[in-house]
Order: sequence, then C-alpha cells, then structure tokens
Amino acid sequence: MTATTFSQGLRIDPAPFVRRDAQGASKLDLAVKGMRCAGCIAKIERGVSTMPGVEEARVNLSTAKLSVRWRGARTTAEAIVARMGELGFEAFPYDPAAMLRQDDEDGRFLLRCLAVSGFAASNVMFLSICVWAGLDGEMGEGTRSLFHWISGLIAIPGALYAGRPFFRSAFASLAQMRANMDVPITLGILLALALSVAEAIQGGKYTYFDAAVTLPFLLLIGRYLDHVLRRKARSAAFDLAAMQTVTVTRLGADGRGEVVAAADIAPGDRLQLAAGDRSPVDALIESGRGDVDVSLVTGESLPVPVAEGATLRAGSLLLGQPMTVRATARVQDSLVAEMARLLEAGQQARGRYVRLADQAAALYVPMVHGLALAVFIGGWTLGIGVYAALTNAIALLIITCPCALGLAVPAAQIVATSRLFRAGLLVKSGDALERLADADTAVFDKTGTLTVSRPVLANAAAVARGDLELAASLARASKHPLSRALAEAAGPGVVAAGVTESVGEGLEAVIDGVPLRLGRAAWVAVDDAGDATHLWFKKGMAAPVCFVFEDQVKADAASTVAALRARGLSIEMLSGDRDAPAETVARQTGIVTWRALSDPKQKTERLEALRASGHKALMVGDGLNDAASLALAHVSISPATATQASQAVADMVLQSDALAPIAEAIDVTRAARRIVFQNFAFAAAYNALAVPLAAAGLVTPLIAAVAMSASSLIVMLNALRLSRG
Amino acid sequence: MDAFLVLTIAAIVLGALGVAVFFWTLKTGQYDDLDGAAHRVLIEDEEDRPL
Repeated sequence: MTATTFSQGLRIDPAPFVRRDAQGASKLDLAVKGMRCAGCIAKIERGVSTMPGVEEARVNLSTAKLSVRWRGARTTAEAIVARMGELGFEAFPYDPAAMLRQDDEDGRFLLRCLAVSGFAASNVMFLSICVWAGLDGEMGEGTRSLFHWISGLIAIPGALYAGRPFFRSAFASLAQMRANMDVPITLGILLALALSVAEAIQGGKYTYFDAAVTLPFLLLIGRYLDHVLRRKARSAAFDLAAMQTVTVTRLGADGRGEVVAAADIAPGDRLQLAAGDRSPVDALIESGRGDVDVSLVTGESLPVPVAEGATLRAGSLLLGQPMTVRATARVQDSLVAEMARLLEAGQQARGRYVRLADQAAALYVPMVHGLALAVFIGGWTLGIGVYAALTNAIALLIITCPCALGLAVPAAQIVATSRLFRAGLLVKSGDALERLADADTAVFDKTGTLTVSRPVLANAAAVARGDLELAASLARASKHPLSRALAEAAGPGVVAAGVTESVGEGLEAVIDGVPLRLGRAAWVAVDDAGDATHLWFKKGMAAPVCFVFEDQVKADAASTVAALRARGLSIEMLSGDRDAPAETVARQTGIVTWRALSDPKQKTERLEALRASGHKALMVGDGLNDAASLALAHVSISPATATQASQAVADMVLQSDALAPIAEAIDVTRAARRIVFQNFAFAAAYNALAVPLAAAGLVTPLIAAVAMSASSLIVMLNALRLSRG
Repeated sequence: MDAFLVLTIAAIVLGALGVAVFFWTLKTGQYDDLDGAAHRVLIEDEEDRPL
C-alpha cells in the first residue's frame, strides 16, 4: 500500500480518457509503472496487440507510456487496463492535455541549430586552419581569399540559422528595455560576420568566420543539455500530477450514476462517494454521515466525524459510509479563497529573487559594451584609424563573448540536477538550486511530512498473538484504514470466510461456531471515549481486546533533522494537529521549536516573520494547508505523497517517502554554488587577460578560437567535478 | 586547382547531406524514445526462431 497519495481511494475509470482520431479509431494513452527492460516492452506490446480490434500498441520506455489504437467495441478501455493488470503492470489513464507536450518542439529546434552550427564550425575550421598555417607566406593571396569566401559561404547562413535561439532571446529582452546575456552573444555573432565580410572584400589576412559559428556551437551544447534536464525533471513532476487525474460518479436528475472526469465537475453537481473515496472538490453533504480523514486538508491526524449539511473539503477521505454530496466549487477552485490569495502573495514574494546568472549578466553586459566603446573611441583618438579601432573593438566583443560565463551556471546546475535526480529529488527549476544553497532555516510540517500519515498498530506487544491473527483474518476483508493497518501488522495470512461488514460500525464472522466481531467500541458493546484510533475485537464471550493505532514518525525523520542541524540550519515544526501528537513527534525527531494548531494563515505568518528577520527558510510540507507556505518560503520541497497543489508550488519534489535526500540536496546545492562562483572567477580572470590583448589589437582569429574553446572546456570540466561523491 | 574546387564542393555537399539526414531522423521521431530503442534491439521477433 502506498501511503496517503491524493489518488489513493479514488477510482480511475479509463473510459473518459479515450479519444477518437481522424480515421475513427479509438486511442488511449496510459502511464505504466514498472517497465524496465526489453522483456517488458515485448510482453506489453504482444499482450495488448493480440486483443480484438487493436491496430497498434506502442510502448515508450523513456516516458513510461503506452499508446494503444483500436477499432470496434469488442475492446474497451477497461479491458486494456485489466489486460495490463494481468500482464503484471499498473497502468493509469492520464489526461494528455495535462501532460507536457510529447513532441518537444523546443528541444528539436535547439538540436537542429546545434547540428547546423556543428556542421558549419567543423567545415569552416578545416579551411581556417589551412589559412592560419599559410599565413607566413606559403599560401598565396588568391587562395587565401578563396578560402575566406568559401568559409563565408558556409558560415553566414550557418550562423544566422544556428544563432536564432540567441537572437530571439536578445530581441525579447531588448523589447523589455533590459539586456540579458544573449545581447552580447548576438552582437558578437553579427559583428563577427560583418567584420569578416569586410575583411574578405578587402582581401585582408584575418576573418572571424570560424568564431561566428564556433560561438553558437559551444553555447548551444550547454543550452541543449540544460533543456533536456529541465524537461526531464518537469515531465516527471507533470506525470505525478497527471496520474492524479481522477473520475467520480455524478448523479443525473433521474438518479442514475455517470462516471466523469473530476475536471468536468461543475458546482451544483450531485456526486456519489463510496467509502474509501476521496472528495475531488469542495462539497456539501446531502445525505450520509461518518468519519472522514482530513489529514491532507488540515494536518489533523485523527478522523473527524461529519453529518448532513456539513462541508466536505476537497481531499477529504471517506472512512465510513457512502455519501451523496453536492459540489460547491470546481476542482481548480476548490481551495478556499483565502488559501488561493495567500498562495498568490507567496509566489509574488518569490518572484523578487534574481538568478545568479542574471546578476552576473547585469554586471557583465554594460561593462563589456562600455569597454568596447572605450577601445573604439580610444583607438580613434590615438590615431590608429577608424577601421583599425573598429576592428579592435569588435575583436574585444568576440573574445569576451560569454561562452564561459554562459556555461558557468547551466553546466553546474545540469550536473547538480542530475545528481539530485539519482538521489531521488526532482528539481523543477535551476534557480531553486541557488535558493536551497542559501537556506538557513528548515520548517517542517508534521502529518505526512515527518510522519507516514497512516495509522500503525502501537500496542502489538500488549495483545496476544492468537487474538491478533484472528482479528487480522477479519480485517483483511475490509478496506478501512484501521483494518488495513491491523492486517499489515499481522503480516500475510488467511482471510476468514463469510466476513460481513457493517459500514461505519465493524466486521463480523463466525469461525468454528464462535462469533467474532471487530470494530468500534459500540460494535462490541464497550464504553470507550469514542477515540477513533481504537479498534475493538471480541471473540465469543471473552473480554474485548483493544488495538491502539497511532501515526508513525518516518524512519529517517530524526536523522534528517540532525543532519540538517549539522549543516547549520535551525529547525522548526509547524503542525495543524493538536498539541499532544505534535509534541510526541517533536520529541521523537529532536525538534525543539514547534507550534501546534497552526492554520494555513498562521503558517504563512511564521514564514513571513522569518523572511522579515532576514532568514531564508526551506519549507517542507505535503498538505493543502501547506501549499501557501510552500509558495511563500524562500525554497520548498514536498514529499512524493503530497497533494497535487503542494507539488505544483514546491520547487522540488521527493520521489519517495524518505526525507534523507534533503540533507544530500543541501550538500549538492552548496557545492554547485561554490563551483558556479569558481567559474565566474575564472571567466573574470580570462576576460581580464583577453581585454588588454584585444584593445592592443593583438587578438588574431587563431587566438580567439583557442581562447574561447579552452575557457568553455575548463568551465565544463570544473562543473563535472560535482558528479563525483 | 580544379581538383581542389571539386573536392571542396564534394566535401561540403557530403557534409550537408549528413545534416539533412540528421534533420530527417529528428523529424521522424527517432530520438523520442532513446531508452526504448536501446532495449528493443534485444527483442526477438516471434517468427524469427532458430532453425
């Protein structure tokens, strides 16, 4: 059993996800869990394509998707999912609109530009090396001129084609009256082409055609790698969200049920929720009463009793009887208005962060342009002639072109992101890495973050083994969370025959003539305080046995808290739960500063206060009640089991229940920051050397080519050091 | 000199051909499932049993 994911307890009916293509065939896309190897591909494709009417079943292993196309009514979406189950794979329908576009147009555009610049750079370099080798007089002027023109023939269209990603970004930035790193890159490429054409016309010695194509080639390598990793991290996060698309039974005016996707629910719709279902929207209970688990909504770990007329918040899990409810909001509006407002305010506060690369660009761009202008005016007034002064200024722009600077940040972040990916942490943006490295305070939510957020049998030692076995044989027949917890505690075993369940009350069976009952206190005629974390078991006329359940702290919670503290972070816990359970968890994890009974507003106020006092807080939380705080915090992480809203706003998402990757993430991001600064320092030193050479007119195309390639290579190799350890 | 011109043009045409082929592979989606392609080579065709 997976812990409390939002999708747990929601049935996903694949039928609403079937689409029709132009030829009238039905198409269904499924996300498949557990595909690893060639055997899996063959098994699934053969297993599904032999179903009646199936025309094509194609697995994509990289994205873990299965795409099926079929005709006729003999095969249904349910049958395909069922067949996948028989083959041993869990398959989920998903909403393709909610997924990242599969075709990845941006990535292909970058690849095309990279291919063209690579082709142009290698061919122009062949010619340039001949020219450089023949500069001492071995090559005649006519041949050199021919070589220059052939280079130009390749380089001009090549640079204009491959430079488009930079041109677009530069123009977009200039339109907003700002200058990003792509402005000097664009200027460098265009001026290198213009100067080279002028030189070729005059039959000069030096052209920069090779620089004009090598520059975009080197920069595009970094940009494409950056794109690939971002996409990988993002699509994994999208998958989590898309898999949580759910269906629900809507009751029509005639009382007949119809299965619809949760996204199609409109306010006023009547919905039928079964025991074990999770309400996908905010709703009003029309009929039915029972306990609901609201741990994802408020952080409260104990079930809450509700009845007709009460409000059921989105994310509440029905434990007892089925209910008929009336939706009061659509899925996307099902956060209370206040929470949505807090969320927006938080995201605005986050928006003020300036990425390291942009901070560097803000310094670099005016400085380089100022220097180039100074070299031009200086040269002109010193009387070396307008043309020579212009040549020197352009050479300066080319040689300082921020290959190393442009690679400094993405190269380190790519390596850091892929290392965190292996450690089990999805990073949703590059600047999240920079912000995590800054964090000096960690704020944890309790339920579902520090704890597993599901009941675990606490008094197994106090109960006779025979009673536990017998009670578990009843419990295995039920899906109630306490029954499941009991069955889990007893381990695998038999299911008693003839178990009947009175929903919301308990279970009953007769074994060897002895009546057995398992359920609430009232079910076995015991007077308990009605504590919802107790389960009573009565065998015949024997005295009833009480099973006590409590939420359990995650195995690595205490060690993670200690590890973060060792890295200089101060630790706090903010819980929406009551005092007693919060104190227990704080004691078990070694957290000294904690507050219970915090509603979402109080949580955001605490983070606001931390920000105001100059602290940079890392928020770790999973519930809807944490979403606003996650958005407001300097940086945020949510566990794999978090609600969709929380995962959507968090900067990073853990891929499992474990918390340990957080400590590793702090180490990796701090190392990445160190490497970025080293790269910046190197780029600054490189420019400090290159600028005087260019100003003195000593930079030849050969020196420019060697300097550019070497500096890019050094920055890349430095970034690769991060992947070790 | 003629030989040089012919060779230069031939080199560029061959290189351009390589770029064109790369564009074609990109367009036909041959990079969409790199992990899958690595494994598919190991799948035996059903009708391809040893004699």
